[in-house]
Amino acid sequence: MTNWFKREKENIKTLTDQKRETPDGLWTKCPSCKKSLHIRQLQDNSYVCPFCDYHHNIGSEEYFQLLLDNNEFTEIAADLTAVDILKFVDTKPYSERITATQKKTNLKDAIRVASGRMNGLEIVIACMDFDFIGGSMGSVVGEKIARAVDYAIENYLALIIISKSGGARMMESAMSLMQMAKTSAKLAILAQHKLPYISLCTNPTTGGVTASFAMLGDINLAEPKALIGFAGPRVIEQTIGKPLPEGFQTAEFLLEHGFLDAIVHRKELKETLTKITRHLLPE
Amino acid sequence: MASVILDFEKPIIELEEKLTLMKKMAEESKLDISGPIKELEAKILQLKKNTYQNLTRWQRVQLSRHPDRPYTLDYVYGLCTDFVELHGDRHIKDDKAIIGGFGTFEGQTVMFIGHQKGRDIKQRQYRNFGMPNPEGYRKALRLMKLAEKFNKPVVTFIDTPGAYPGIEAEERGQGEAIARNLFEMSTLRVPIICIVIGEGASGGALGIGVGDRVLMLENTWYSVISPESCSSILWRSWDYKEQAAEALRLTAKDMLELKLIDGIIKEPLGGAHQDPQGMLKNLRKVLKHQLAELKEIDTDTLVQQRIQKFTSMGVFATE
Ligand SMILES: [Zn+2]
Repeated sequence: MTNWFKREKENIKTLTDQKRETPDGLWTKCPSCKKSLHIRQLQDNSYVCPFCDYHHNIGSEEYFQLLLDNNEFTEIAADLTAVDILKFVDTKPYSERITATQKKTNLKDAIRVASGRMNGLEIVIACMDFDFIGGSMGSVVGEKIARAVDYAIENYLALIIISKSGGARMMESAMSLMQMAKTSAKLAILAQHKLPYISLCTNPTTGGVTASFAMLGDINLAEPKALIGFAGPRVIEQTIGKPLPEGFQTAEFLLEHGFLDAIVHRKELKETLTKITRHLLPE
Repeated sequence: MASVILDFEKPIIELEEKLTLMKKMAEESKLDISGPIKELEAKILQLKKNTYQNLTRWQRVQLSRHPDRPYTLDYVYGLCTDFVELHGDRHIKDDKAIIGGFGTFEGQTVMFIGHQKGRDIKQRQYRNFGMPNPEGYRKALRLMKLAEKFNKPVVTFIDTPGAYPGIEAEERGQGEAIARNLFEMSTLRVPIICIVIGEGASGGALGIGVGDRVLMLENTWYSVISPESCSSILWRSWDYKEQAAEALRLTAKDMLELKLIDGIIKEPLGGAHQDPQGMLKNLRKVLKHQLAELKEIDTDTLVQQRIQKFTSMGVFATE
């Protein structure tokens, strides 16, 4: 399911990676057009390349800043951290992986949940961080989404989830698999309350995340050219034994095949999300 | 005799061959060697017990894939005499990797749904090796909704190496199909019992796996990923499947200890394929008991408890 871990090493670079590659951390190279960009230039352009329109991979910090008024929000369940219940060891122990990743990224896990205002409209928003073990979903991601749903119900709010993930977290084995059922069951409860859930798929949204909450929005949106799929392209290629068609598993491909309501440019994201949320909320 | 002999079964087979030889000798020579024969029989039984009770996780994975194991339709036809198979998702086609239909079990109509594998090469291809496309999951959901409408319990059999990774599968929304099933199954207003009868690989298994009772046969596995794929991704080599199987804690016993399933159904000594009738008897007994238990629960409570069960899965700390 988490075949995307391989890709992470190669072509899915996050802004944090890019910044780390420059000595003063102020200049970066666009992974798409290879032009040099000043970080400020990117920030002022909603983290979209001013030359080629490439949507740079950003995390919860940047999305909250882009979407929430004055970057003001209250974080929900911020103190949850992963537990290595299986004592999982591959090339290194999972427990060490968690600690090292927390230190490196300054994140607790692969998702953050916030409540705040978007153009004055109070919302709950959960946003995944690809920097944290490929944005993989383990118990913490599942529980935080559950808490986000609870908060939305308690406070009668719309829920937005921004997905960016390689899938379920292998180091939590079946425990992470069951987070697919957990988050889906939670969203079923939210649906019973007739509260809106908007899913935004960003680059990449794959595996167990696609096969659970990312595809369950009342409205499913995506950023341009985001990679969205269930199986990894490499696995598919190996299985069918021939190269994949151009544009396979992109946001545009999913829109064409009927699995997205719309593709939204990042510069229009806040306005579009606000409009949709207002349409869905009761009068 | 089994069509495939696994490595760890070889010493048993050798002794069994010796026993056959001894018996033949006794008959031909009219010598009384009933003592040594009995001794050998006892020795074989002991060796079997030792072997099958102490299997490594990888060895259980091998058993779960034994080509002689009963598949979904074997169980369904064993459990009821009037099974009617129902086909198609009403949109695209009929997926042969998932079957479903009504049958009478212990006096009541049950909707049976399950992954279906094939036994010979032709059948295996026909069943796509038990790897469903989205239309398989959508057929399963259609049948579950049908069962809900007519208030019949649902029993699912899980046995898949995973949802099919193909171009058409992605075009038709494999992810959405599985997600929709998880969403709908969590609130379906009839009892659901899910039983892993072979392989329980990731989302492809879970796609028909959300139930009031989730059970596993003794020699089956359930995991987020197969040991082979896990090895290739985390160790970057196909050679670590044994270690991966250990790390993933994927056996029925592991799953019960982690409180991710509700029970284990015992298999005959040596595995379900060694004594399919014995396996069926165990299954029938458990299924009858569980269905009776769930029937007593009112629908609102049933759904609430199901949601409660899945939403409380997960382990985390606060810092
Ligand atoms: Zn560019």
